[in-house]
Amino acid sequence: MRAILIAALLAVLAACANAPTTSQQQAPASVEDRSPGQPGAQTQGIGSNQVSGVDLTAQKQGAAPAGGKSPLTDPSNILSHRSIYYDFDQYDVKDEYRPLIEAHAAYLRAHPDAKVLIQGNTDERGSREYNVALGQRRADGVKRMLLLLGVKEDQVEAVSLGEEKPKALGTTEEAYAQNRRCDILYKGEY
Amino acid sequence: MQSFSARWISRAATALVGFLLLAPPSAQAQLSIEITGAGANRIPIAIVPFPGEAVLPPGITPIVRADLERSGLFRGLEIPPLIPQPTEASTVDYAEWRARLADALVLGSVATRPDGRYEVRFRLFDVVKQTPLGGVAYTLAKDQVRATAHRISDFVYEKLTGVRGVFSTRIAYVVKRGNRYELQIADADGADEETALASFEPIISPAWSPDGKRLAYVSFENKKPVVYVHSLLDGKRHVVANFKGSNSAPAWSPDGSRLAVALSKDGGSQIYLINPDGSGLRRLTYDSSIDTEPFFSPDGKFIYFTSDRGGSPQIYRMPSSGGDAQRITFDGSYNVSPRVSPDGKSLAYISRNDEGKFQVALLDLTSGQAQILTDSDRDESPSFAPNGRMILYATVINGRGVLSAVSIDGRVRQRLTVNAGDVREPAWGPFIQ
Repeated sequence: MRAILIAALLAVLAACANAPTTSQQQAPASVEDRSPGQPGAQTQGIGSNQVSGVDLTAQKQGAAPAGGKSPLTDPSNILSHRSIYYDFDQYDVKDEYRPLIEAHAAYLRAHPDAKVLIQGNTDERGSREYNVALGQRRADGVKRMLLLLGVKEDQVEAVSLGEEKPKALGTTEEAYAQNRRCDILYKGEY
Repeated sequence: MQSFSARWISRAATALVGFLLLAPPSAQAQLSIEITGAGANRIPIAIVPFPGEAVLPPGITPIVRADLERSGLFRGLEIPPLIPQPTEASTVDYAEWRARLADALVLGSVATRPDGRYEVRFRLFDVVKQTPLGGVAYTLAKDQVRATAHRISDFVYEKLTGVRGVFSTRIAYVVKRGNRYELQIADADGADEETALASFEPIISPAWSPDGKRLAYVSFENKKPVVYVHSLLDGKRHVVANFKGSNSAPAWSPDGSRLAVALSKDGGSQIYLINPDGSGLRRLTYDSSIDTEPFFSPDGKFIYFTSDRGGSPQIYRMPSSGGDAQRITFDGSYNVSPRVSPDGKSLAYISRNDEGKFQVALLDLTSGQAQILTDSDRDESPSFAPNGRMILYATVINGRGVLSAVSIDGRVRQRLTVNAGDVREPAWGPFIQ
């Protein structure tokens, strides 16, 4: 079906491109193209611009987090704390977040099958692509700490969302501070 | 709109399993263009309505006039109804058109062919030199009115300015509405937009293949940046780079055989080459700093990129096979997003000034002289028109993401907006062959 449609389209385009118009020959006044090397009348076909679309919004969004009681989601457990915030233009983890990262490192050591995704984020100022790189630097820093604390390399992936997924909207310093952040997500949560 | 829906229905029959029909775009989705600055000396041109063009709504000549005026280099003259209506075959009274203050004149006609298609003919005249400059006849279907008008605009523009026109080219950009992101393709005048990809996760950095048939881009649909190549004609897309970590910033080599990308698979953000099918990965930079936003020079010999190896983000250049990099920007503490002009002689980029404003800058690569082209303060993602005369970029006006375009002399300015949404990440496509 697709091949037929494409073949038909190509045939139409080819016909447009090649066929001199009949009315061209009948018309008393010919249209001249005085461009060098192109004497006489010239009829040109017009191609169609086509875009074939893909809609991902019709598909289900990501799997729901696993239910049930888990230390990872228990609000009284430090493991439910997943965000690390940064000062402007800073990429090192502040001391106040060390216990959080140590707790996740301990959990990952105790659960060698568990995997985490660390998503680095930036505020919205500047180039989107450069911010992807800056967010990556934050995520890489958290990953490095986890590895130093004995977590296995294949349990951790550090990625960047750059400025694309702000937690807080707006152009205030408060919003920016919320968005300079790394989030730790366990497999099944992303 | 009609043709889009019709084409969609026929294509839906062959659509890949799992991809549902996209809703046809609403009228609101269309980019509208406002001219906010024009050239100093615009050529006065008389574009006489073509007899018979009423059968091809909205008519050929209104689109041609809008195209030429939008370029900032032409001023369309108001013409009273002429009886009899002149066509391309009429004898031109140059003195009369000179009296109407026209420097140039376009005459034409539209006829219906026996096969139900249409024929549009036109002729361009230099009124000052009293000489015809040529013309073309086109056969077309009813849904090709705009494409035909753009071809005429290209002809007129090139004959009168000596520069190839870009009216038949297309642009890509991302529209964000609520939590929905759409990668759209539209004609250079914002018309006939179509959605190439719709997603609930961000889409950034669209980059046209040199043949205009494919787009590379970064999609976050897997909760991390992954580079895809998307064929526009059939909607087929495939992953080019989905390595551990982030995959971003695709740029095509001029021959279309390679993509430069920024990957974090080996730590940090480094530049690699990869084939468009995802094979042949090769690392180009080896350092502990950020290297990203690669962009090939038009001759393919160099890759410009952004790096913070000197302590602040600046633009560098290295051979496209890798090797020693040379620093290109020196003024200021934040110069990013390099894009080389199609003639290779200048570099557009984003520069942050002392007041924290991010603006489009243009650097003459021969003289080293840089010039700020805009007065906005949150500019991003510059993209040259394929004829090198305009730079399209994203900015923020009144809290909304819009696209703007500025001529390389800073005089001609346009603004492209959509209703109820943010537009960003523009990429101007290549000339249509």
